[in-house]
Amino acid sequence: MPESTSSSNKPDPAQQTPQPVTAIPALAQAARERKTVRGPSVLERIRHTHPRSSRIPDAIFAVLILLTAASVFAIVVFVLWELFDKSRLSLHQFGLHFFFGHDWDPVNDQYGAMPFIYGTLMSSFLALLLAVPLSIGVAVYVTEMCPQRLRSIISFLVELLAAIPSVIYGLWAIFVLAPLLRDYIQPFLAKVLGWTGFFSGPIYGLGMLAAGIILAIMIVPIVASITREVLAAVPQNQREAVLALGATRWEMIRMGVLRNARIGIVGAVILGLGRALGETMAVTMVIGNRPEVSKSLFAPGYTMASVIANEFSEATGDMYLSALVEIGLALFLVTLIVNAMARLLVWSITGGSGGRARA
Amino acid sequence: MPSLSPGAVTRPLSMWRRAMNHGATLFAICAAILVIVPLMAIFIYLLIMGVGSINWAFLTQTPKPVGEAGGGMANAIVGSAVILAIGSLIGIPVGIGCGIYLAEYARGRFGDIVRFTADVLNGVPSIVIGISVYGLIVIRQKHFSGFSGGVALAIMMVPTVARATEEMLLMVPNNVREAALGLGIPKWRTVLSITLRTASAGVITGCMLAFARVAGETAPLLFTAFGNQFWNLNPNQPTAALPLQIYTYAISPFDEWHKQAWAGSLILIIMIVSAVAAVRIATSRGMMKGAS
Repeated sequence: MPESTSSSNKPDPAQQTPQPVTAIPALAQAARERKTVRGPSVLERIRHTHPRSSRIPDAIFAVLILLTAASVFAIVVFVLWELFDKSRLSLHQFGLHFFFGHDWDPVNDQYGAMPFIYGTLMSSFLALLLAVPLSIGVAVYVTEMCPQRLRSIISFLVELLAAIPSVIYGLWAIFVLAPLLRDYIQPFLAKVLGWTGFFSGPIYGLGMLAAGIILAIMIVPIVASITREVLAAVPQNQREAVLALGATRWEMIRMGVLRNARIGIVGAVILGLGRALGETMAVTMVIGNRPEVSKSLFAPGYTMASVIANEFSEATGDMYLSALVEIGLALFLVTLIVNAMARLLVWSITGGSGGRARA
Repeated sequence: MPSLSPGAVTRPLSMWRRAMNHGATLFAICAAILVIVPLMAIFIYLLIMGVGSINWAFLTQTPKPVGEAGGGMANAIVGSAVILAIGSLIGIPVGIGCGIYLAEYARGRFGDIVRFTADVLNGVPSIVIGISVYGLIVIRQKHFSGFSGGVALAIMMVPTVARATEEMLLMVPNNVREAALGLGIPKWRTVLSITLRTASAGVITGCMLAFARVAGETAPLLFTAFGNQFWNLNPNQPTAALPLQIYTYAISPFDEWHKQAWAGSLILIIMIVSAVAAVRIATSRGMMKGAS
């Protein structure tokens, strides 16, 4: 295994130089090389023959480093504890009914999170529906089809999309996307697809549809860049083999590339889902912020993250605050499960450290 | 597979297969265009709407009350700088330390756990980090502060910095370590002055990316730094931040404030994009040659 990775790296430079030498391919490379890099035996032997005088500083340094590593673990535990602790009141009061109740009534201290859960799931689902085909399309275009020169430009632009802060997405969505939806797209959808019930009712511009679209734009870079990494990891001879059998380029991509990379792509999609579930600002700015469950995508909604953003600093009363923290807890647990699942999937492909921490 | 007749190789492709091939190419091109369009639209709008509102007053004055023209976001720009400085001071050392642990020390279970937790932490919604830091610092101090905002941003920086550091350190060839250790240099010195130094360009890149990522974060600051309409350099007081100010202005009903929100966004995006582009140029100029 180590032999094969190092020998397959040799011919790479010629092929890689025109590619953008970003952190990402470089890191992916490192991920693949991890197994070869680690050879503790020699290092361990040298360390044990070191003079006694360096043992103490070494030990201190090792402890310091261990502490910083442990602090990451501690942060997650602390976040979890903090959420549990602060939401104890509402956990006791409402139990599981909290997640199925439809009433969100701070005046009478009645709290049910159903509208928010629905809003979060619906907007994320809508975002995936729009973003996944697009991201896979971009990734396939960049890795398999496009001219060398365009390749670095497109991947740079997609990366740039990831660098835009969500508040700017929100600003743009309020003043550009929402009017566009209101004046052109929604009337058209209502006319053509109004009979389905998903595109009916009064047209505001702001609402579930706007939230889904802006979320889709925001998760495309994540899904696209991980998919690109996964596609690039498919060995070149797979492609050559399929082409040699007389496949067209599309058949080669479908049978030789996408089929081999499918688990990684699923991982990328789930990572995108994790981001969409937790996204706060842009969604808060365009979703309309009304706690209702409505079938129509034109109607305003509310998500778990936006209810926290909007009401947390104004929450009066312990129960109100506690209910909001419980929503935060639910959000944390859901994103934790989703991310863990995605990591395991991506890890199973790239062998250890793929799907790195990214912006 | 049925055996092919000699003519099969030269026989033209069936209509269907050719159509599928062209259709797929067309779809991929359309997807690429569709993804780039919003990016272009956002930048063009930022330029059109923002440039008109940026002037000297915007960069040097504090916000004016509603209804009065003029005013600026100077306090928010400086506040952002303060919060980001606090965040970087805490987040980058911890992140690098964690990365060193993962690359140089971790053996077996605990390393995997830390690596996995870092990835999980990276996926925690920023708003959730906001409410936890609120519980940790704001409630105990009984007031909002720029410092708590910095801590929230630091927590968000740690996993990104840690994973980037780890991956860069793993690219340093083992002979470099062996050579240093063979000269009798203690391990801590080897790690800091040899390994980390060799990987420094990549580590700096990771830090810059983490910085650019948290620079635009709004959600964790809502309940920590809170925002402020006045000058404030004391990190123990509520502090204005550029993203917060943009948010407040964007959802307000006043045209004057909308203009300021666009201008603020333009400044924010220029800061972030220049950071990302600087990293990009530095890495493509071959500063990372040793690493990649």
